[in-house]
Amino acid sequence: MPQLFKRVAMDGQLARKSVGAGGSALPWQPPVLEACPKCGQKLSRGRWAQAMYVCPFCGHCRPIGGYYRLSLILDHGTFWELDEKLNGQDLLHFPGYSEKLALQKRKTGLCDAAVAACGKISGIQVVTVVLDSRFFMGSMGTAVGEKVTRAVEYAARKHLSLIIFSASGGARMQEGIFSLMQMAKTSAAIADFSAKGGLFISYLTHPTTGGVTASFASLGDITLAEPGALIGFAGPRVIEQTIGQKLPEGFQRSEFLQQHGFVDQIVPRSEMRATLAQLLRLHNKEEYGA
Amino acid sequence: MIRETLQQVEVLEKQMAKLAGERTPQAALCRRRLEDHRRQLLQRCTGLSPEEKVFLARHPHRPKIDAYIHAIFTDFFEQKGDRQGKEDASILGGIAQYKGRPVTVLGHRKGATLAENMKYHFGMPEPEGYRKALRLMKQAEKFGRPIITFIDTPGAYPGMEAEEHGQGEAIARNLAEMSRLTVPVVAIVTGEGNSGGALALGVANRVLMLENAVYSVLSPEGFASILWKDAAKKAQACDVMKLTAQDLLEFKIIDQVLPEPAGGAQADPQRLFETVDRAIGQQLEELCRLDGNQLAAQRYQKFRKMA
Repeated sequence: MPQLFKRVAMDGQLARKSVGAGGSALPWQPPVLEACPKCGQKLSRGRWAQAMYVCPFCGHCRPIGGYYRLSLILDHGTFWELDEKLNGQDLLHFPGYSEKLALQKRKTGLCDAAVAACGKISGIQVVTVVLDSRFFMGSMGTAVGEKVTRAVEYAARKHLSLIIFSASGGARMQEGIFSLMQMAKTSAAIADFSAKGGLFISYLTHPTTGGVTASFASLGDITLAEPGALIGFAGPRVIEQTIGQKLPEGFQRSEFLQQHGFVDQIVPRSEMRATLAQLLRLHNKEEYGA
Repeated sequence: MIRETLQQVEVLEKQMAKLAGERTPQAALCRRRLEDHRRQLLQRCTGLSPEEKVFLARHPHRPKIDAYIHAIFTDFFEQKGDRQGKEDASILGGIAQYKGRPVTVLGHRKGATLAENMKYHFGMPEPEGYRKALRLMKQAEKFGRPIITFIDTPGAYPGMEAEEHGQGEAIARNLAEMSRLTVPVVAIVTGEGNSGGALALGVANRVLMLENAVYSVLSPEGFASILWKDAAKKAQACDVMKLTAQDLLEFKIIDQVLPEPAGGAQADPQRLFETVDRAIGQQLEELCRLDGNQLAAQRYQKFRKMA
């Protein structure tokens, strides 16, 4: 019974944290109408929330916060956060970085750019990590790398499936070489998890680039992507500078990646939960008595 | 400052080359004087700033992978191709003998002349290059050969085709697979090691670095253009990035710094090769005492601890 109370309390916490995670820089200033950044159609906040922040006119997926995404996929009352207090650190004593970190923490209410949680999807226990693009562009520094690695190791220990939602500008520049090493650390953890037979679903959202694409995000047993998300290693600007010409429309988008064989399915946000539930069902050994 | 010193050294070297054929006592005296002067100039190259190290790490005459292989290994057999449709020459690799023991050796190939640079994309591999590297490493594992990698790259190639063929996936796969190899892996950063393009050959049991080599999350130019939208602030980037071997040793990112001859690796390659040779021998001797599982576990723990 006390367990139940604890869960309810935790869920209240999730509800509180996911409020206003609409993706704007200052989520607590509610404008009456918000325009779609792509087609410019205006919708009320309520309509946006109803549509899971996907524009009903053009299908544009607005970025959403980590807690909010978790609230969309996890069964009610099952959310349980992992390593909640894992903070970003300024290991290189990079000029101005500590202040920026503090500012981002205040603005977003996050400790760093990743949220890890344990919870259930359609009754099946999973470990999930969500990168939050509002915090330093979701870039991977030591805190993100450590959180992902701990979550992967936790999933391996508990024999749970793992789902990671990526949204990242790549390695966090201010943490220099330590950010680079997070790529090796997270990839090694995934490799170990995979060798132990764990299921890893990698869900790529806008944008997934650089060091995150070149590490755990590309190592899923199943790779899903949100429609129209930018996914690649080198940024479009760098490629344009290298080849000296404009990139074609749709280059490095989810559909492009699927065409080239790197994405299993493109899954709209509205079908996200159902698809994950299906995949978990298909890998649920107990259900098949395996 | 080192730029000017090395220019002066180059002038002296040209003069010495001119005198090389003459056998008169005056020429010999002149040669000796020039040599003394050259040595003095080179010895002045100490206490280098990070930016000067970046300059040295990219010096066109800095020894390249072919020279290392030629000097340190024997019986080299080059292996080409990723077995999936392409050969990427910006990675050079194959089987060789090291002190009578077969090893797999591979690394980034920059090329010595401009024509070669262009051919090898200045040592910037495409996904096929990383897949070739992985093929060679998996094969080394099959036959129980230790792996030695040489890292010297501006980064992975940022081209359209590279993206279409999965640059990110190729690098990620290398990181994951390298972490589980059951043979000793020694990586040596010989020049510049930038971004995931360098790390994709760098998940090793021991990571060594030459004294003036640099290893970082991105090239200083790219770093400055991302953070300050201005690639010209490269000098400023070099100062804050902590990319020198000395910094990285302190952070325990690398295991050993290999001293270079005065004035940089290009000033006396022969001596450098001896140093590198000795270091490889030492590291392999230690690593070969571990069995496969211990090697994989040691590698995992090494990177697991990085902050």
